Amino acid sequence: MFLELRDLHVSYGKVEVLHGINAHVEEGEIVTILGANGAGKTTTLTAISGLVKPSSGGIYFEGEALHTLPSHEVVRRGIAQSPEGRRVFGTMTVLENLYLGAFTSRDKSRNKKNLEWIFGLFPRLDERKQQLAGTLSGGEQQMLAIGRALMGSPRVLLLDEPSLGLAPILVRHILEAVKTINQSGVTVVLVEQNARAALKLASRGYVLEIGHMVMEDDAAALLANPEVQNAYLGE
Amino acid sequence: MEEFFLQLTNGLAVGGIYALIALGYTMVYGVLKLINFAHGDLFAMGAYLGFTLLVSLGLAGTLGKVAAVLLVIALVMGMVALVGYLLERVAYRPLRNSSRLSAVVSALGASIFFQNALMLVYGARYQVYPGDLRPEGFFNVMGVEIPTVRLILFGASVLLMLALYWLINKTRIGMAIRAVAIDQRAARLMGIDVNRIIALVFLIGPALGGVAGVMVGLYYGQIRYDMSLLYGLKAFIAAILGGIGNIPGAMIGGVLLGVIEALGAAYISVAWKDAIAFLVLILILIFRPTGLLGERVADKL
Repeated sequence: MFLELRDLHVSYGKVEVLHGINAHVEEGEIVTILGANGAGKTTTLTAISGLVKPSSGGIYFEGEALHTLPSHEVVRRGIAQSPEGRRVFGTMTVLENLYLGAFTSRDKSRNKKNLEWIFGLFPRLDERKQQLAGTLSGGEQQMLAIGRALMGSPRVLLLDEPSLGLAPILVRHILEAVKTINQSGVTVVLVEQNARAALKLASRGYVLEIGHMVMEDDAAALLANPEVQNAYLGE
Repeated sequence: MEEFFLQLTNGLAVGGIYALIALGYTMVYGVLKLINFAHGDLFAMGAYLGFTLLVSLGLAGTLGKVAAVLLVIALVMGMVALVGYLLERVAYRPLRNSSRLSAVVSALGASIFFQNALMLVYGARYQVYPGDLRPEGFFNVMGVEIPTVRLILFGASVLLMLALYWLINKTRIGMAIRAVAIDQRAARLMGIDVNRIIALVFLIGPALGGVAGVMVGLYYGQIRYDMSLLYGLKAFIAAILGGIGNIPGAMIGGVLLGVIEALGAAYISVAWKDAIAFLVLILILIFRPTGLLGERVADKL
């Protein structure tokens, strides 16, 4: 098994937000997690990245327990995240943000190759590389957050709401980039409000409801599922 | 005019010292959002450790004055850095997830501890630095005889600040320090070990503070266990003047405060020297609370 969540429980203080979820991701897939606000999607990604520790259960990457590792070690294992709200380093330049994404990688030629690849995916970043990240538009910041996560040559990319608050044309651009990234061999876990776009992109999907995994299926099946259509696709 | 240049160079020498101390405050504030109230005491500890090494080892006789002073400064930097590191481990790290107030109280406690430790070890009276180590020559600038020691002190602090500036802005580790200061959570996602970066900041800041302590000893010739109060406060004002958390701000704020104070003492009244520094604090808090360089760019959401 590539990446696996096993009976994952996560609490903030006394409030449990994930009540024992199970999920798995195979190498090379795009898997999406659907769910309403507060369902626990972001918490799931946060737990994979090691920013919160589960109260019980575990997270395994190629059989190795991730949940006992500090977050910087998780990144070193090849699991990168473009977080909710983008969280670019606003007072640093675009280029500095990207180089920070390569913090774990000292291979200069590889970093340079990644940089060129990312500039190919998002030419806007190339145009604005000397600009402070805080002065970018929301869409450009999202590109930067994704590019930054890719700089360390991750094997798994966790994407938290990449389309949030963006104009439709930018959403399309970013989701196309996600497809390209996946085709280059990076496994993607995508959390999205825009369920239809996410399911079109993904091979499989999960539905998370107030801390419980209630559904798991092929993306096409979820798209056709009346319950999903009703709750998440607005039909 | 001669008076002006004399006071200006005095202000630059003292300002450089303020700046070195202010950097410790501002760097720690940058990564932890905590005012390390014990930082002034680490500075005082540097002055005392330098005193002990210079007096007891008698290095000046064997190595020559310049080499002895440089060696002592290097040793003091290492020792004070180590104390700073231990301070963070013992007094701050266990409280990292507690309320801000707990850490502040812990900082005040550490300050009292260090100050009293110095008093118990060295006594409450002034200690006198070996007088012959201070360069006594004069430097002629456009007809004004300026004491060489001032230029050396200012030059040394500028050199250290340039080194720090290079570290922060041009190296991978410096970039990580800045990232942790901006957003710890995002820094973690970059694979940065935030605990190590914080520990590093607690090595660098105190090392610079320790050097400043030796400089004060060499410049004024005498030190006392409670020197941390006034210097700590002045450097803290300098950090706020420049914009707390902002590294170039602390450098500029320190030098500026030193110059304002020296000129104020010369042209207004020596008795008002400290009051002028505090007036600067009051004015900056009223008219520009973010400091001269604080908050350069507002982050968009």
